[in-house]
Amino acid sequence: MTHAGVAGPLLASTSGVILLCAALALWHRATAGIVRALALQGAALAASAVILGVSLHKGALLVTASLILVVKAMVIPFMLRRMVRLDPSSSETDPVVNVPASLVVSVLLTFVAFVASRPMVYAIGGALVALAPYGFATVLIGFFVLVSRRKAIAQMVGIVLIDNGTGLVALLLTTGMPLLTELGSTLDVLLMVVVFRVLAARIYGETGTLDLDSLEELRD
Amino acid sequence: MMVLSVVIMPVAAALCVLVFRRRQWTPWAGVASSVYVAALGLYIAESDLTGRAPSALSGVLRVDELSAFMIIVIGLVATLASMSSVRYLRETSASLEGGSSHAVQYQVLVQVFVATMLVAVCAANIGVLWVSIEATTVATTFLVGHRRTRHALEASWKYIVICSVGIALAFLGTVLVYLASVHAGASSGNGLEWTWLMGHAHQLDPSVMRLAIGLLILGYGAKAGLVPMHSWLPDAHSQAPAPVSALMSGVLLSVAFYALLRFKAVAVLSIGPSYPRALFVIVALVSLGFASLMLIHQKDLKRALAYSSTEHMALMALGAAAGGPLAVMGVLLHVLGHALAKGVLFLVAGEMVLVDGSSTFVGSQGLLARRPTLGAMFAGALVALLGLPPFSLFISELTMMRGEMSAHLGWAVALSAIALVIAFAAFANHGRRLLFGDPAESSAPTRSSLLALGPLGLALALCAVVGVFVWPLGAILSHAAALVSS
Repeated sequence: MTHAGVAGPLLASTSGVILLCAALALWHRATAGIVRALALQGAALAASAVILGVSLHKGALLVTASLILVVKAMVIPFMLRRMVRLDPSSSETDPVVNVPASLVVSVLLTFVAFVASRPMVYAIGGALVALAPYGFATVLIGFFVLVSRRKAIAQMVGIVLIDNGTGLVALLLTTGMPLLTELGSTLDVLLMVVVFRVLAARIYGETGTLDLDSLEELRD
Repeated sequence: MMVLSVVIMPVAAALCVLVFRRRQWTPWAGVASSVYVAALGLYIAESDLTGRAPSALSGVLRVDELSAFMIIVIGLVATLASMSSVRYLRETSASLEGGSSHAVQYQVLVQVFVATMLVAVCAANIGVLWVSIEATTVATTFLVGHRRTRHALEASWKYIVICSVGIALAFLGTVLVYLASVHAGASSGNGLEWTWLMGHAHQLDPSVMRLAIGLLILGYGAKAGLVPMHSWLPDAHSQAPAPVSALMSGVLLSVAFYALLRFKAVAVLSIGPSYPRALFVIVALVSLGFASLMLIHQKDLKRALAYSSTEHMALMALGAAAGGPLAVMGVLLHVLGHALAKGVLFLVAGEMVLVDGSSTFVGSQGLLARRPTLGAMFAGALVALLGLPPFSLFISELTMMRGEMSAHLGWAVALSAIALVIAFAAFANHGRRLLFGDPAESSAPTRSSLLALGPLGLALALCAVVGVFVWPLGAILSHAAALVSS
């Protein structure tokens, strides 16, 4: 998994941008800002795929990159904006945990990600594998967003963060999964987002809100 | 071609529904395709597969004995579910607005759901497996929310959120397995294939596999209804239409568990038995304890059945933890027995909803007096689910326990027995109330339709026949278990 010169630092910066966007998604209160951060994150993920594809001369990765660009930097942010337009009360996130505390948690989670992946990084070695903790950290922050926010849209943001994090890990560790898997997974993610969108519209139609605190009737 | 037809049949049935939208017979296309799937699964499993497992689509699908066994189970439960879908659609499409388009959507999604499960168990590589298990979530979300009530929508939201997270973790695990296999010298073509992974498992890097198996247990465990990401299950199973609940509880959980069985076999060869075993034992015991305690206070049959699904998946996880040939045979037999018994019980609950308007224990009291045949079906299936003879769950639970004892997991068997006793008492109590309680209003006993109850009786009979003779599955079970036991 060696590769020439400039690709390493470039990938390090795109990975950094991806993690930074996750932190931005925690930091912003306005959903519009969060959606912008997610779009940027998707673009950075696509850029990582391009860098890898060019430096390793893998054409398949360019296909992957364009899929990522379309799905994660365009379609998903578009869907999220549509959801905000559907339910204007979604434009603010009002998190359960306040922003400074959230940022502290994200730092801790990043630390955990780096520590937990050390054995693997040492066992496999290589510059790309050493960047994988950025992806793991993004996944963990996504988890945190998911459990600390109560609005439907914020939960979708958490899932998109988890998905982008796993995407980065997959790119860095394997320099692209086999094309069939890659295509299948992107298609599934796209379908999933459409399902989320339709379901949100139905919930809004039935209850008049996308605030999940009003949907707490199924309990034991 | 044979393998491909297994996957194509449900898709063809779905197309049938789309083309002949308003014809009365379209639900029967689903029944026909399900019967075909079950029969073909049995045919493949009965033929000698050593060294030449049939494959299709240039090796993307490959059916070995374990896959064939899972095809049989999926086919059987799909047959049950699609037969009762005929009645479900007839009864409900009148009441829902836009009934006939609802009915079309329902039938298409059910067939797509069955097809994705079949692809998952036939997948020759772990990438395709992952894609198809993710696709089951996409297909089932709208089925869970089919009734479009507030509760149904809440349940489907919870379902898709938790399963998306689970499936993302499973993807990370899959990526790590691929990393390990490429590191061990696999090409990008075969690094994801089960046969390569099993053949070269001892070369896979243990530190990577350790992380991978943890993520896979969390991820696919979410889909299998195991702790800690089980909380979607009682909601989704209680809100979905009964035939869908039967499919989800009877086979979807087991399909996710099938993935875990295979991954565990790879992990054991790579990092040794103790670490994967510890993870499985922890997940199993916590799930078992949680589910049996939750069972005590349930008021609704469908929710109680959902918790009982977690309980049974946990029992299987404990069997898988032991991992010997005997224990794994028990696990597989339990997959079949649980699928049949739970399928029947969910469909009984569906009948109760159609007739009484709800499936609460109080609302349907005195079932045996009011509707003797339905009550008898419920009683039979409950006896089966509680693990009493002559049904196959009795023999499979005993087999798993023997396997666990010989793997020195006696203490875990003892703990699981406590949970089993609690669950037994809770369910026996709920069942007693439902069957023998005083009916809210006294009325003459009503007969139930043959269409509704005939398939249920056949399923119970099959469960009993397998329980007594282990026929016709004995050889299939031992071959299938040999593939994933250590």
